[in-house]
Amino acid sequence: MIILPESWEDVVVRLLRMSETHLPADVSWALEAAAAWEGGDIARSQLGTILDNSSKAEFLARPMCQDTGLPVFFVTGRIPADIEDSIAAGVKRATKEIPLRPNAVDPLSRENSGDNVGSGVLVHYRPMDVPYTELTVLPKGAGSENMSRLAMLTPSDGEDVVKDFVVRTVLQSGGRPCPPTIVGVGIGGTADACMSLAKEALLMPLDSRNPDERLRKMEEDLFIRLNSSGLGPMGLGGDSTVLGVKIKMASCHTASMPVAVNLNCWAARRATARMNDDGSVRYTQGALE
Amino acid sequence: MKRINSPMSEEDARSLRAGETVFLAGTMITARDKAHMRALQMSSSGEAVDIFEGATVYHCGPIMGGDDGLKVIAAGPTTSARMNMLAPRAIRELGIRAIIGKGGMSKETHDALVEKGGVYLAATGGAAVTLAEGIKEVTAREWEDLGMAESVWTMRVKDFGPLVVAMDSQGRSLYDEVEQRVRKNTGL
Repeated sequence: MIILPESWEDVVVRLLRMSETHLPADVSWALEAAAAWEGGDIARSQLGTILDNSSKAEFLARPMCQDTGLPVFFVTGRIPADIEDSIAAGVKRATKEIPLRPNAVDPLSRENSGDNVGSGVLVHYRPMDVPYTELTVLPKGAGSENMSRLAMLTPSDGEDVVKDFVVRTVLQSGGRPCPPTIVGVGIGGTADACMSLAKEALLMPLDSRNPDERLRKMEEDLFIRLNSSGLGPMGLGGDSTVLGVKIKMASCHTASMPVAVNLNCWAARRATARMNDDGSVRYTQGALE
Repeated sequence: MKRINSPMSEEDARSLRAGETVFLAGTMITARDKAHMRALQMSSSGEAVDIFEGATVYHCGPIMGGDDGLKVIAAGPTTSARMNMLAPRAIRELGIRAIIGKGGMSKETHDALVEKGGVYLAATGGAAVTLAEGIKEVTAREWEDLGMAESVWTMRVKDFGPLVVAMDSQGRSLYDEVEQRVRKNTGL
């Protein structure tokens, strides 16, 4: 039997189909755990509906949410020169085949391109000297993305002010980002880099451990504070406001203290493919070793 | 399981109480930002906008598929707060009776609902496949030029839900109550 190697376009279509129709295992577990500890009737029914929806989406191979998002891509390892064209072609095909809702519009005229690509796909790159290319997709809905915030704090503010900013951002967004959310936090860098850190934090599976002890402690503190707030699923009250908090940090200027928050709705969709030099491809919705 | 017919009479809408869970049967229309804007522009220039009169408006931009493009693939609620600037006028001038959405709406919108005898029902955000199950048929599409997400789709529904009465015609809002609780719990 001859197995034809998958093209990057095929990989993109498959990644989008996986991510849109099937929740990563860590997110499913977190939702089930939340449903188990919720006390209130309304909160329990919201989580019950979410779990029911997830299994039906998977069974029917339909997108779990009608806001199939704008797909954000991350390419690491060897960077093929034509990867951006392949991604754009894959997104256009997936939009018709799955189907996805066409979401990409011209910001001013609001004219919809109909193909989810518009002026170009959103891609983050990190070249590495390894014998493979890794491609991750994070389809990002607008409900949660619209609640993003950046604060250029002052160096004297310290950790407590950083934490208060995160808590305020999550709680003031109420039910709009579809809680229980996953909170991505970026600390440090420049304004643009900080926001990217917050987005990259959303790629970390909920069951992964932050290697930085200080950040792990902050993640736990924020998780407890947010889940004791009472905001609850869909902002209708309850004990599960967030499924997890993930923080990424980078050095910053001695006169700066940037903090960014990027939320993901409970439909925290992501999928990764790794293509090796021999053309073989591995898919995962968790972390690749 | 409490079932309620749609479109609703004022009496039906006024009988609903915050915290209740209901399922909808009958017809509803979808409308998002652009549809609200167009309807209000038409109304300003003296044109009649009949489809909103007494209607249950679902804040939703569905994914449609099938050979005829009329099969609902996924249809969860969108963030209602985006319609805050438009909804009070739409309730008073166009006669919207009930709104289905997520995340809740402004005090101005709630005031209009109280005044006209309307209600805001919260659908579970993201539960697009479960909610699509309750949509039995698409019977009309208005303003096709606005695109798939922004067109006004008329839908026949049965057992559509669960929907939580989140803002009722008595002036009670679950979102206000949660906000007060959050403030007390966090001190922020």
